[in-house]
Amino acid sequence: MAETVQTPLAPDVDGEAPVATPRWRLVVRRFLRHRLATISLVVFVLLVLLAFVGGELWHYRYDVYTPDNSQPPSAEHPFGTDATGYDLLAQVLRGTQRSIEIALFVAAVSGVFGSVWGAVAGFHGGKVDTLMMRVADLVLIFPAIAVAAVLANNVGASSQGWLLIGLVLAALTWPYVARLVRGVVLSLREREFIAAARTFGAGSWRIIFRHVLPNAMGTVIVAVTIIVAVAILAETALSFIGFGVRPPDTSLGLLVSQNQTAVSTRPWLFYFPGLFIVVIALSINFIGDGLRDAFDNTRSRSRR
Amino acid sequence: MLAYVLRRLLHTIPIVLVGSFVTFVMVSASGDPLGDLKAKQPPVSQAILDAEAHRMRLDQPLLERYWRWLTGILSGDWGPSVKRIDIGAEIWPRLLVSARLVTLAVLLALVLALVIGVVSAVKRYSAVDYAFTAVGFLLLSMPAFWLAVLLKQQAIELNQATGTTLVYTVGEASIPPPPGLWPTVLDVLGHVVLPTIVLAMTSFAPWSRFVRSSMIEVQQSDYVRLARAKGIKRRTVLVRHALRTALVPLTTVVALDLAVLFSGAVITETVFQWRGMGSFLLSSVRDKDIYAVMAWLLLVSLIVVVFNLIADLLYAVLDRRIRLG
Repeated sequence: MAETVQTPLAPDVDGEAPVATPRWRLVVRRFLRHRLATISLVVFVLLVLLAFVGGELWHYRYDVYTPDNSQPPSAEHPFGTDATGYDLLAQVLRGTQRSIEIALFVAAVSGVFGSVWGAVAGFHGGKVDTLMMRVADLVLIFPAIAVAAVLANNVGASSQGWLLIGLVLAALTWPYVARLVRGVVLSLREREFIAAARTFGAGSWRIIFRHVLPNAMGTVIVAVTIIVAVAILAETALSFIGFGVRPPDTSLGLLVSQNQTAVSTRPWLFYFPGLFIVVIALSINFIGDGLRDAFDNTRSRSRR
Repeated sequence: MLAYVLRRLLHTIPIVLVGSFVTFVMVSASGDPLGDLKAKQPPVSQAILDAEAHRMRLDQPLLERYWRWLTGILSGDWGPSVKRIDIGAEIWPRLLVSARLVTLAVLLALVLALVIGVVSAVKRYSAVDYAFTAVGFLLLSMPAFWLAVLLKQQAIELNQATGTTLVYTVGEASIPPPPGLWPTVLDVLGHVVLPTIVLAMTSFAPWSRFVRSSMIEVQQSDYVRLARAKGIKRRTVLVRHALRTALVPLTTVVALDLAVLFSGAVITETVFQWRGMGSFLLSSVRDKDIYAVMAWLLLVSLIVVVFNLIADLLYAVLDRRIRLG
């Protein structure tokens, strides 16, 4: 039982040098060695292309009725149609588009805000740190779905509604990023290059943005990837209970919600949107796992 | 120890107060409780609107409303409801219903997390480990509502195929309940099975990963190696030394996830049409029933805070390395 770090990826021995820029080529190489992550990245990119390009090219629109009602999957309608005649493939593609848009927006906003928050807290330490992390913890004691429902209740069916849903979800997810980044920054700030920067008279903000955050980039990227998956599930759940994306627009969660009663009679209506959610979330989770391994040369593959 | 508990309690109170104030402002700003009344056709007279606004305390400034709400709760008054329900009388039975689901789900998820985490740590990088990892990732990516509808459908088909009702798919208990204590318990259990499975399945994956990695870490520690070197059986070392140490931080992880579990319970209860906290929340939000939403948020967040406190205290009790300075 005397194994040390058992990662299928041979640990590279270059971790300790305080490099200001992440070793991008090394990271890419390690990521590509994680087979599932690489496959997942391909799948995710294909899905994005399918949703954003394919959705525009597909000859049915998500909001235009076709003459066919409740058709099972066929060559004409690969995913079938619903009772009112909507083409499900068009709807699923549109839903995927919305869900991915919202998730990426959430990840971007909560990634930027959370990492700056975490970096400032971790860098200053002491009372500032305690206070800032208390605020972050405060967000986490409320069930996200409840707060999101309250905040998103007034969104309505406006075309900019998805942005607001994204903001709400970002407001509820940034503490996760902040916690992770703070943890890294707490150890980073003890390093010599930070002391060196300070000796040269650099101010706190300059050090945080020029030295601390770039060195915490690996953690930030992994955290943001996980947030994408979390946001996909949160958005679909919110839409499922009726407080997210609303008709006439559509999202994968809304499609599952609208079609849950059809599961026994027209199962395709229920299975396709759900499978899309699972595939998207799964591929992002694997990408996140691959990134974690790629950025990390000390921790074993097993940690989450 | 007592001083530590007291100090932790004192630290918690400002958090609860600040949290309750922020949510009060947020919920108050989220919509007009009289919106539905004002939109009525034919229009309702101004006198009625004014009276209703007064009943809902909308004629008072925000700070005063908050103060009245906070002090009211201490004396058991949860505030007025748009739907004219007694919020306190409505929410407690529902909290019990939801707490039943969350508790059972946490227990099931813990069992799953421990078994799977320990097995994959012991047999790490074996086929079993990889299979568990794959299942974990799949469940991590599975929307709870989809799994819920899926299982519900399977159960309905199973019931049809067997011609009996093995598991119930609607509601949290039969109405009216069957006569006798034992049939009532069985009835409740029959209703709670599916939602519990859904909630446990969609929450245990991160926990089992956590158990796995901390077990691996502990196994490599000196004291576990020493115990093995002294000739103590592997199984005994695993349970007595490794698992016990790994359990301590798990309590904190579980407590931190409690808010997430309540989110999952809202979704699961919606699919299975329970009269629990889920439907109470959703209908209250829809009706812009401010004080009902506030009661929900306050109760659930208090539960989360209290369990986090308990987890921290347990941590202190179980792990002697932590000094309560």
